[in-house]
Formats: sequence, C-alpha cells, structure tokens
Amino acid sequence: MSELLQQIINGISLGSIYALIALGYTMIYGILRFINFAHGDVFMVGAFIGFYLAPRIKALFGGSLLIATPVVFLIAMIGCSLLGVTIEKLAYRPLRPQPKLTVLITAIGVSLFLEFGGQLVFGPDPKLFPTLIPSSTVINTQNLVVGSNSIAVIVTALVLMLLLRFVVYNTKIGTAMRAVSYNHRAASLMGINIDTVISFTFVLGSSLAAAAAILYASVYPSINPLMGIFPGLKAFVAAVLGGIGNLAGAALGGLIIGLTETFVVGYISPTFRDAIAFSILILILLFKPSGIMGKDEPEKV
Amino acid sequence: MRKTLGILTALTIGAMLLSCGGGAKQDEILIGEYGSLTGTTATFGQSTHNGLTLAVEEINNAGGVLGKKIKLLTEDDQSKPEEAATAVTKLITRDGAKAVIGEVASSRSLAAAPICQDNGIPMVSPASTNPEVTRKGDYIFRVCYIDPFQGEVLAKFAYNSLGLRNVAILKDVRNDYSVGLAQFFEETFVGLGGKIAATQAYSEGDTDFKAQLTALKGANPEAVFVPGYYTEGALIVKQARELNMTMPIIGGDGWDSSKLVEIGGEALNGSYFSTHYASDDTNYMVKNFVTKYKERYNETPDAMAALGYDAGLILCDAITRAGSTDGAAIRDALAATRGFRGVTGTISIDENRNARKSAVVIAVVDGKLQYKETIQP
Repeated sequence: MSELLQQIINGISLGSIYALIALGYTMIYGILRFINFAHGDVFMVGAFIGFYLAPRIKALFGGSLLIATPVVFLIAMIGCSLLGVTIEKLAYRPLRPQPKLTVLITAIGVSLFLEFGGQLVFGPDPKLFPTLIPSSTVINTQNLVVGSNSIAVIVTALVLMLLLRFVVYNTKIGTAMRAVSYNHRAASLMGINIDTVISFTFVLGSSLAAAAAILYASVYPSINPLMGIFPGLKAFVAAVLGGIGNLAGAALGGLIIGLTETFVVGYISPTFRDAIAFSILILILLFKPSGIMGKDEPEKV
Repeated sequence: MRKTLGILTALTIGAMLLSCGGGAKQDEILIGEYGSLTGTTATFGQSTHNGLTLAVEEINNAGGVLGKKIKLLTEDDQSKPEEAATAVTKLITRDGAKAVIGEVASSRSLAAAPICQDNGIPMVSPASTNPEVTRKGDYIFRVCYIDPFQGEVLAKFAYNSLGLRNVAILKDVRNDYSVGLAQFFEETFVGLGGKIAATQAYSEGDTDFKAQLTALKGANPEAVFVPGYYTEGALIVKQARELNMTMPIIGGDGWDSSKLVEIGGEALNGSYFSTHYASDDTNYMVKNFVTKYKERYNETPDAMAALGYDAGLILCDAITRAGSTDGAAIRDALAATRGFRGVTGTISIDENRNARKSAVVIAVVDGKLQYKETIQP
C-alpha cells in the first residue's frame, strides 16, 4: 500500500512535466493542424538557458533561491518564447499555404537542427544542472516520502495550467485563439490578425516547455542536447491520448503517461519504460484516434 | 577523352596521397587510441587520453621505442559502441596503426575487439572489466582486473567489512559491464550466505529512477548495489536519498570519475565503490604519477587516467621487447608481460590475456573520496 502511494506521487510528478510539454503540442496543433516536432528541442534549449543563467542570477541575488528561481524561470520562458516565435516565422510561416506534410517534415528538420546544433554549441557531454529548488523532505512518514522537488513540480505545473486556462478562456487574445482554431478564414474576416495569434500560441507553448525544462532538470539534474527527444515524444503521445487540440486532454494525457510509465517500471520491468508510451499511442490510434477528450472529426478528403 | 583520363588519374593520385596523410613517417611508430571523449561517459575517455598522452610524452622524451618516436592518433567514439567499431576500423585501415589502445566501457571494447583481431593488430584495453572482452581473440589484452574478481571483492567487502546480509541490486540491463558485475556480485554474496533482497534494472541514459528505487525500498535492503557508470550512479544515489533511503550504496569502477561527486554531492556520503587505484595511496609509483599528472593537467588523476598511463607503458614495453612493430611479435611480447610495475599495481598478463592485480575500495566521506582498503586477488 505504501509503495503504491509512493509510486503514485512519483508518477504524478513525472506526469505533470509531460503535461506541460503536451500542452504546447496540443495548442499548436489546435491552431495550425500540424505536430511541431521541434517542441521537445525547445524544451532542451530551455534547460540550457537555465543551466547558463542560474549561477549568474544566483550570484546576483546573493544566493537567495526564493528570488533567483522565479527569475530563472521567467528568463528561460522568455528565451524559449523568442525561439518558438523565430522558428515559426522562419520555418513554418513561409510554408503555411503548402500541404501540412511539408510543414511536418520541416518541423523534423528544425528538431534535428536544434539537437545537433545544440551538440555543437553546448557540447555533447551531459552537464550538471545547478540546484534551483532545494531538495528537502517535506512529508516523511513510515509509508510515504514526499520531497520539496515533487511538490514544487506539481504545484508549479498546476499554477501554470490554471494560468493557461485563464488566458485561453477569459482574455481577448484567448478568444481569438479559439476562433482561429475553429476556422482561420472566418476568424480573419472578423478582423483577427492570424499571424499575431499564431505567434502568441508559440509564445504560450514554448514558455510552458521552458518551465517544464527547468522543473525536469531540477529533478533529474543531468542535461544534454538530446535530452528533449524522449520527453518530447512522450508528451506528444500524451497529447494524442488526451485528444489532440484539447487542453484538458493534454494535461490528463500527461498524467496518465507519467503514472503508467512509473507503474510499468516499478511493477513490471524497466525495459518497457519507453515501449509503454508508444504501445499506448498505437492502441489509441487503433481504437479511439480522437483521444479520450477529443471530439470525432471526420477528416475531409 | 584524354582530358577526362588525365583528371581521373590526378584525382586517384590525389586520393592516394590524401589517404596516406594520416600515416606514419619513417621515424615514427603509430599507436591508435579510441575512447569516449564526449557522451555519457566522457570523463572515461578524457582521463584515459590524458594518462596515455603523459606516458607517450615520457617515452618520447626518453628517446622513444626502437629508436623511433611514438605517435598517438586519437579517435572519439562519442560513448557509442557502433562509433567505436568505426573509429577502430579507421585507425587500422586508413591510418595504419600498429597497435590500438581502448576502451574503458566493455560494450565498446567488445564492438572493436573483433576488428583488431581480424586485422592482426594487438589491442590493449585500459579498463574494460567484462571477461568477454579478451575472449574475442589472442590479440586482445587488458591491463585491469576482470569482473568475476571485482564482483567477488565487492561481495566480500559488503559481507565482511560492512557486515551486510541483505542487499538489493539496481543494474543497467543494456550494458555488458553492469549485467556481468551484478551477476558475479550476486554469486559470491549468496555463496557467503547473504541474501539478494530484490533486483531492479534501468537503461543507460535514463534520468528517472524513482520507480525502481521505490520498489527496492519496499524490500527493505541494508544496502543497494549499483553496478553502472557514474552519471546514472550519481543520479540514483541522489534520488535514493530523496526517497529517504539512507543505507550505503555500493558501486564498481564505473563510478570512478570526478563527475560522480559533482553530480551526486552530499547525497554520496556513506557510499563505496571499488576501483583500480587510490590517488591518496602513499606508494612511490602512485605519488610520482599523481605529481606529474597534476603538473601537466592541474587535476587529480582518477583510475582511468592511471590505467591509460599503464596501458601506454605496457604496450611500449612490449614493442621494445618484441624488437619490431609486427602485430604477431607485439602480441607475443604482450602475452609474456610479467611483474610490470605500473601505477595501478604490479601487472602480470595471465593465459587469458587479463591482468592479475589487486582492487581498491574507496569510500565517500564528506563529499570527498577516501581510500578504504586494498583487496588482493
């Protein structure tokens, strides 16, 4: 029983990170109807921004993590937003009239560019991520240990998701986003600037990826330029599982993938860790391609 | 037509000249080195390279071997077995290396060894401890002990010195070294009367070990044995402490890297690992080596640096005794190595082309590595 409870905590903490990344996939899909495969690598860049900035910012605030950590989060989020918007402007926007497959392949190209460009710029060997969240034990009973790390991850993820929900459902730009996701042309006829809305979507998605990266690197403090591949792929599976294009679905999908992965590793075999996410992907595509919370939308041919 | 032919000839000659570019001059002996200068086990390759470079410089300053200078050619395998095979093929067939030194990781030595064997080029592994490596053929040697011995040393250390009776294992299932060491540890430990509480696995490159550790915690072990490499080892120790697992955690020589303490930090206190030498050993050879290494690189050499140094010295010693750079002659001279006094102990090559020597156990105390005990074969 105690082991089960502990595994649930482990799973939720991992799942919250997947959920944050999955939100980026799902929002961009919702607006542009294509999978931004470079998203996982934007996540990686976020971790490296944190890696280079954290020591300097910590020194600036005299080692006080209470101020330094939010500042690192903020700068990494801004940095990744800029990266996301640049990628969209340079790589995806010129291809917007082209078939979706062209953009998809370009996204894979951008992803490879970031991964191997990262190896060139940051160096290919793993680096130690500086401590931003002090690790201490918050809850400690006979049965259950919950560290400050796990709590910080879960709380930050929750706050960011609520913030996102507020932006999408309660602000003007959020309404514009939803309008664009229904119909590009109708939205632009209503006077919505499509380019601005798309850029804004990339800002939201990329900054969530940056936040996820800082959380991920704080819990698993070894980072390298290829670190975005697997979390990225699993978050993509999470987005599909929840119903791609659906925000609540992405969050739910992330949690399910995180929990399933933890249970499979803990109770069956760790060699299935990566296989399980992709088995879920195959099953969901076979039996309910629209995902748990997605609506059935027949593709017009 | 004639013009085309002319261009073709020029190109062919050009290509031939280029392909000889990396080759040896008359007064040089080429030795190839392949290692993980980058990737998940980057410090292994870098330390070995530093140690080996130091050995080659010393030999060249003292007049070289057979009246010629040693020229070291180094290839990076990025910590990947498939790259190791490519690197060794390149060193042998394109550059014409007379002998090859490498690798630290057994899985990469295993990938490269058949290529050396097929080409009749002697290969000396500085630190691959999996027994399979030298079974690849009679041209494959090593200057370190093998895992059946290391597993036995660790099991005896856990059982006798630490008084442990109930130990859990967390091994890297995709790594020949880790799987082998776990098996040999278990055999000896159970043979002594100990019990393996539970076994869990991970794969190299993983960063999240909490699920496995939680499962192990449920089995209430007195200690956890983690045969693997330093990046994962340090992360495992860190996450174990976060789950309030305060028992000793024990590793093998794959833990020996300056990065271990850098990543693991205070969490490592109260953990132990076996390795090939201790830099705070008071032996004359060790002291001399540590001083020279610090002067040259401004850091304390780890075991991989010491083994790289020893591998270089032993290979050059064998070439001198062979009196030629012929592959078979160097092989026979290497096989005849007896009582060579290296930094990592006195090295004799046995009939299976392995070195018989003692192992050292190191404890982590207050974030520092401390010599604990030496165990003889």
